[in-house]
Amino acid sequence: MSTKVKKMLFILSKATIENAYAAFVMANGARMEGIESEIFFTFFGLEAIQKKKLEHLHVATVGNPGMHIPTMLGGLPGMEAIATTMMKKEMEKLDMPPVGEFLEILSDSGCKLWACKLAVDMFHLNKEDLIDELDGILTIGDFYSRADQEGCQLLFI
Amino acid sequence: MDLNIAGIRLDVTEDGYLTDVSQWNKEIAVEIAKENGIELTDKHWEVLYWIQDQVKNDVALSVRGIKKSGVIDIKEFYELFPGGPLKISTKIAGVPKPKSCI
Repeated sequence: MSTKVKKMLFILSKATIENAYAAFVMANGARMEGIESEIFFTFFGLEAIQKKKLEHLHVATVGNPGMHIPTMLGGLPGMEAIATTMMKKEMEKLDMPPVGEFLEILSDSGCKLWACKLAVDMFHLNKEDLIDELDGILTIGDFYSRADQEGCQLLFI
Repeated sequence: MDLNIAGIRLDVTEDGYLTDVSQWNKEIAVEIAKENGIELTDKHWEVLYWIQDQVKNDVALSVRGIKKSGVIDIKEFYELFPGGPLKISTKIAGVPKPKSCI
């Protein structure tokens, strides 16, 4: 049975590890099904493609009811680090690659990786700050033009 | 479901995966590959045998495993089995459809 989805375009706007992995797993899953996929990293999502920051993404422990800990405790120093270490252990058990390796896999799989020009300017970043696998820096208009065929879906994360 | 390939009646799942791995042989692999628009080369066979080994050893298949396989890199994997490489290669190798999301 063939799917009617031909291309998935993701916009990752957040720097939390759970959001980054949601985008990565879906983008990779698309490629594995023969569906084209691309990710546009904007605002805090840019953290996931900055060489110095990508291995230091954190789980959100505040304002995240899924953590099942009181919000005030979630805000204590070190809580994010503990929660992140625990989650990374669980992910490793499932053979989920770390962020840097996942980006390599995506790039090798033909998933296009784009940085948002406005956000890059806003955070005063240069191309050198971003991963080598990056396919380019685009405006949102350029990114929309990537939705160039029937069966494109755009997803904001 | 039944499938007739190379004069043999095969039991397959709804997605076209062999239900009985022992029914697999090279002729059948060639036919399944053809149906998916693939002409098998030596490199294909190397990958197919590697996949069968992994399954025999109870290793879950994933694209990350392909990266570490030492047999093939991910780019080449997508080129050899276009349109869903893990799904198609496992079908040709006669092993069950992988359940991993990664």
